[in-house]
Amino acid sequence: MAVSRRDFLKLSGSGFAAATLGFNLAPVEAKAEDLAIRYAKESTTICPYCSVGCGMIVHTLGGNIINVEGDPDHPINEGSLCPKGASVYQLRDNKARVTTPMYRAAGASEWKSVSWEWALDEIAVKVKKSRDASFVPTSKIKIKEKVGGVDVEKEIEAVVNRTMGMASVGSAALDNEECYLYQKFLRGLGLVYIEHQARI
Amino acid sequence: MTNHWIDFKNADVILIMGANPAENHPVSFRWIMKAKDAGAKVITVDPRFTRSAAKSDLYAPLRSGTDIAFLGGMINYIIENKLYFEQYVRDYTNSAYLVNGDFKMPGELAGLFSGYDPKKRSYDAKAWSFQKDKDDNPLKDPTLQDPNCVFQLMKKHYGRYTPELVAKTTGTPKEKLLEVYKLFASTGKPDKAGTSLYAMGWTQHTVGTQNIRAMSIIQLLLGNMGVAGGGINALRGESNVQGSTDHGLLFHILPGYMPVPSADLKDTAAYIEKHSPKSKDPQSANWWQNRNKYLISYMKAIYGAKATKENDFGYDWLPKLDPGMNASWLMIFDNMIKGKFKGFFAWGQNPACSGSNSNKVRNALAKLDWMVTTNLFDNETASFWKGPGMDPATVKTEVFFLPAAASFEKEGSISNSGRWAQWRTAAVKPLGQSKPDAEIIHELFQKLKALYAKEGGALPEQLTNLTWNYGFKRADGTIKAIDIHAVAKEINGYFLEDVEEKPKPLKPGEKAPPPPPPGTPKKMLGKKGELVGGFAMLQADGTTSCGSWIYCQSYNEKGNMMARRVKKDPTGLGLFPEWAWCWPVNRRIIYNRASCDQDGKPYNLKKAVVYWNPTAVQPTGALGAWIGDVPDGPWPPMSNEKEGRKPFIMRSDGVAAIFGPGLKDGPFPEHYEPVECPVPENFFSKQMTNPASKIFSDAGVKEDVLATCDVRFPLVATTYRVTEHWQTGVMTRNTPWLLELQPRQFCEISVELGKEKNISSGDIVEVSSARGAIEAVAMVTPRMKPFKIGDRIVHEIGLPWCFGWHTPGVGDAANLLTSTAGDANTMIPETKAFMVGIARKG
Repeated sequence: MAVSRRDFLKLSGSGFAAATLGFNLAPVEAKAEDLAIRYAKESTTICPYCSVGCGMIVHTLGGNIINVEGDPDHPINEGSLCPKGASVYQLRDNKARVTTPMYRAAGASEWKSVSWEWALDEIAVKVKKSRDASFVPTSKIKIKEKVGGVDVEKEIEAVVNRTMGMASVGSAALDNEECYLYQKFLRGLGLVYIEHQARI
Repeated sequence: MTNHWIDFKNADVILIMGANPAENHPVSFRWIMKAKDAGAKVITVDPRFTRSAAKSDLYAPLRSGTDIAFLGGMINYIIENKLYFEQYVRDYTNSAYLVNGDFKMPGELAGLFSGYDPKKRSYDAKAWSFQKDKDDNPLKDPTLQDPNCVFQLMKKHYGRYTPELVAKTTGTPKEKLLEVYKLFASTGKPDKAGTSLYAMGWTQHTVGTQNIRAMSIIQLLLGNMGVAGGGINALRGESNVQGSTDHGLLFHILPGYMPVPSADLKDTAAYIEKHSPKSKDPQSANWWQNRNKYLISYMKAIYGAKATKENDFGYDWLPKLDPGMNASWLMIFDNMIKGKFKGFFAWGQNPACSGSNSNKVRNALAKLDWMVTTNLFDNETASFWKGPGMDPATVKTEVFFLPAAASFEKEGSISNSGRWAQWRTAAVKPLGQSKPDAEIIHELFQKLKALYAKEGGALPEQLTNLTWNYGFKRADGTIKAIDIHAVAKEINGYFLEDVEEKPKPLKPGEKAPPPPPPGTPKKMLGKKGELVGGFAMLQADGTTSCGSWIYCQSYNEKGNMMARRVKKDPTGLGLFPEWAWCWPVNRRIIYNRASCDQDGKPYNLKKAVVYWNPTAVQPTGALGAWIGDVPDGPWPPMSNEKEGRKPFIMRSDGVAAIFGPGLKDGPFPEHYEPVECPVPENFFSKQMTNPASKIFSDAGVKEDVLATCDVRFPLVATTYRVTEHWQTGVMTRNTPWLLELQPRQFCEISVELGKEKNISSGDIVEVSSARGAIEAVAMVTPRMKPFKIGDRIVHEIGLPWCFGWHTPGVGDAANLLTSTAGDANTMIPETKAFMVGIARKG
C-alpha cells in the first residue's frame, strides 16, 4: 500500500498507522493538534518564482495568510520547496508592498499616493493622446509583383494601422489569462512594440 | 521543453550546459538525483564549478561564449566514431537531403556560408536551398554518401572541430572534452536516452540560437528526441514565461506562435498563403497547413460578431509591421533613447536592472513623457528618476505606479517549463488597494473605450470592436468585476454555430461513400455556444473562435482541465496525464512518435512513451491505435505507406532539420567569438564575430560602446542567479528572510586572479566595463579557474544580476556592465559573455 505524507498524517490521526508501524506517534499527534493550520482554510497555488511549477498550499484564517508550504500531493515537488518558495508567506506580510496607486509628476522628487480613479483617468487620457498623435494608418513599403512571370519591385502605400509612439514590456509575471488580455488590449491600441522577459 | 521536469528521472545521461538547476531550479534537481540513483550519469559543463557541477559525475569547464566549439567537437566525435543512431538519422531527419551544388561552408569561405552580404550584414538563404524534384520535394540519398547530402556536409563542416582546436578555443582540457563526448554519445544506442538541460547560459549570446541548434543536431544524431528521458529542455526562468510567450506578448508573434501580420500581406488570404507551408509528400502531416483555422478563430475571439466574412474578419484592425521591421527589446530602448516614444508600459518587469546595458535603459526612460508601471514593490524602473546619476528636477517623465495583487491573491493559470498549465486559486483578497493585473487592464480598457466613444480619435474601432464580455454586468451594461474563467474560455474557444463533422477528402481514385439513409442524425463536432474540445475541430470560416489555438482543450465542456488534480501515472514514466493540462492537447512529450521505429515499436521497450497497437479499436471504429502519451497525431506509423505520417509534424516535410536553412546566420552552427572577447583571433576562421548579429555600437548613442581585446578590460565576465533571489530581485530583495541569506552583490574570482590583483575574499572591488561600473564584495574561490586559450591565460569572473540600487546597501545591477548586442535570430542581448576590468577599492 502506497501512503503519501498527507495520507500518513490523516491515518495517524485515526491511530491506524501507529498500530501498524509499531512505534508510538502520540507526540506527533499532540503537536499536530496544536498547529494553527488545524483550523485554517487550505487553498492550492503554484509558486510564483521559477518555471518548475511547484504546488503550494496556502493556509488562511480569517482572511489572513498564516502559513504557506509545499503541496505534498503535487507530482513535481511532492511537498518540497526551495528557499524562495518557502518564503512566499513574506510577500503578504510585508510593509514594502505598494498598496495604493502612486504618481510622480514631471520634475518631482517624491511619489505621492493617488486614487485609482484619478490614476486610471489620467493614464487613459495620456494613452489616447499619445496613440492619436502617433497613429500610422498606412506605410510606404516595397513589394515584389509578378509581371509576365518576372518579379518586379514596386512601392505601395499599405494599411498598417499601428501606433508608433508607445511601447510595452511585460510580463511573464502575469497569469495566462492576463497575458492574453494584455496582448489583446495592446494590439487593440495598435501597439507593435510589445516585448517581455522572454526576449532577454 | 520538449519533455517535462519529472521526465529527467528517465534519462541515462543528463547534460547540464548553459544552466545551473541545482541553484536556479532547485526542486527540479530532485528528478536529476532520482535519475542518478537509478544509475544515470550527470555532466555539467560551465565556466564555473556550480552547485550542479558539485552533484555531477563529470564536470568540464569552458570559457563563456564557446559552446558551439564545444558542441561542434561532440558532433565530430559522434560521426568519426560512428556512434550515431543511423536508422533514426536516416528516417527522421533531413540528413539524406541534397543541398545545391554551389553551397559553400565556413571552411571554404573564411568563416562565412554562401549568400552573405556584408553591407546588409545578412544572408540570402536561397544560397542554402535543397535540390528539388518536379513536385518540389527535396532530392535524397538514403545511403547518406552523396557529397552534397546534409550528412556528408555536416561531416565535412564539423571535421574542422578537432579536439585540439576545440580545447584551444574553449579552454577545456582535451581529456575532459573527450570524456564528456564519450559519455554523452553513449546515449546513441536505440534504448538509451540523453537529455539536454539549458537556460540563459545558452540563449544570451550573439550565437544563442545556434548554441541550441548545435545541441539539437547532437540529440538528433543520437536519437534522443521524442523519447522518455531525452529532448531539448529549456529551463525557463519565470513561473509563466512559457505562458506569456505562448500568448504572444512579443512583437513578432500573436498567441499560438502565429506570425504578426506584415504590411505586404494585405488580407487574410495573403497571410494564409505566406504562412501556410505546402507539401506534396504524402507522408507529411504538415500541421501548419492549418494556419487559416487558427488565424480566423483568433480574430473571431478578439473581434467576435464584428469580425465578418465581408470585412475579412477585421484583418485591417490588426496592427502591422513593415516587412522586415524589428520591434524587439533592444530596438525599443534604442528608439526610446532617441526620443521616439512618448509613452511606455513597464508591466510587471524591471528593465532598469534586467535590460542589458542598463545605463542605456535608464537614460532612455528619462526621454519619455509618461510611464505606467505595475508591480508589487517599488523598484529601479519605477523610481529611475531618483536613481544614481539622475537629477529628479530635470527628469520630465510622469510616472504612474499601479499596485498589483500577488499570485495567491487572484485566480488564473500559469504554464511551467514542461508546458503544464496549472490553475491557481485565490487564497486571500488583494492586499490593501492592490488589484489583479487583469482587473487593471480591464479598467483601463473600459476608460479608453469610453473616451473613444465620447471623443472619437484615430481608428477607434481598432479598440472599441474588441470583445470584452468577461463577467457580471451592472444595470448600465458595464462589467462589475472581471471573471477570469470567461477569459480562459475565450482562449480555449467556442463553437459559434452548430458545426458538422466534415467527411474526409477523397483520395484520387477513391469512390464517395453512399449517402446515409434519410433521417440519419448528422455527426456534429459541436453545437453553437459549446466550448471547443480540441484544435483539430477549429474552422476557417468563422464558425469557431479560439484565442490561442495551442490552448484549445484547456477549458472545455468537461470543465477546467488546468485545475485537475488526479494523480495517476499509467505509463510509470511520470506523465501524470490527468494532473493539470499541458499543451498541445495534453501531449506530455512532443515528437513522441519518433520514439518508435517505422512499425510503431518503441526503441526502448522499458520506457515506451507511445506504441502502436494494430488491434486496438479507436473511438471512430478504426482499427489500430497509439497507446501511452497523446501521440503527435492519430495516423498509423510510417510503414503504412497510405495512412502513415512522419513524426515531426510541425515541419512541412515531417522530419527534423539537421540542416537548418530557416535561420539567419547559417544552416549549421559555426563558432564565432562574442562581440567582446579576450582573444585577437578566432581559431576556426578569419571571421571574428557572428556576421549576422545585431550591433549597435556605430549608431551614435554614447551608451553603445564595445571594447574587445582592450587592456582596460582583460577579463571575461558572465552573470547568473542565486537560489535566494529571483531575476532582478524585486520580490526577493523585499523578502527579509531571503535578503538576509544573500545580502549584497558579490563577484567570484579565481585564486590565481586574486593573487595577481592582490584581492582577498571580503575585499570591496570595482568591476568596470566600457559601459559602466559596479561595486561588489570579492569572493576568491577555486570554483573559478583561469583558462588556457591558445597560448595565453584568460581569466573569467562571475557576477549575480539580482541586485539594484533601490534596496539600500546591496549594490547596483550587474547589467550596467553588459553590452547592447543581439543574437542574429532572436535579438536576445549578449549578457553571458562580456569584458571587464577589476580593481580593489581603497
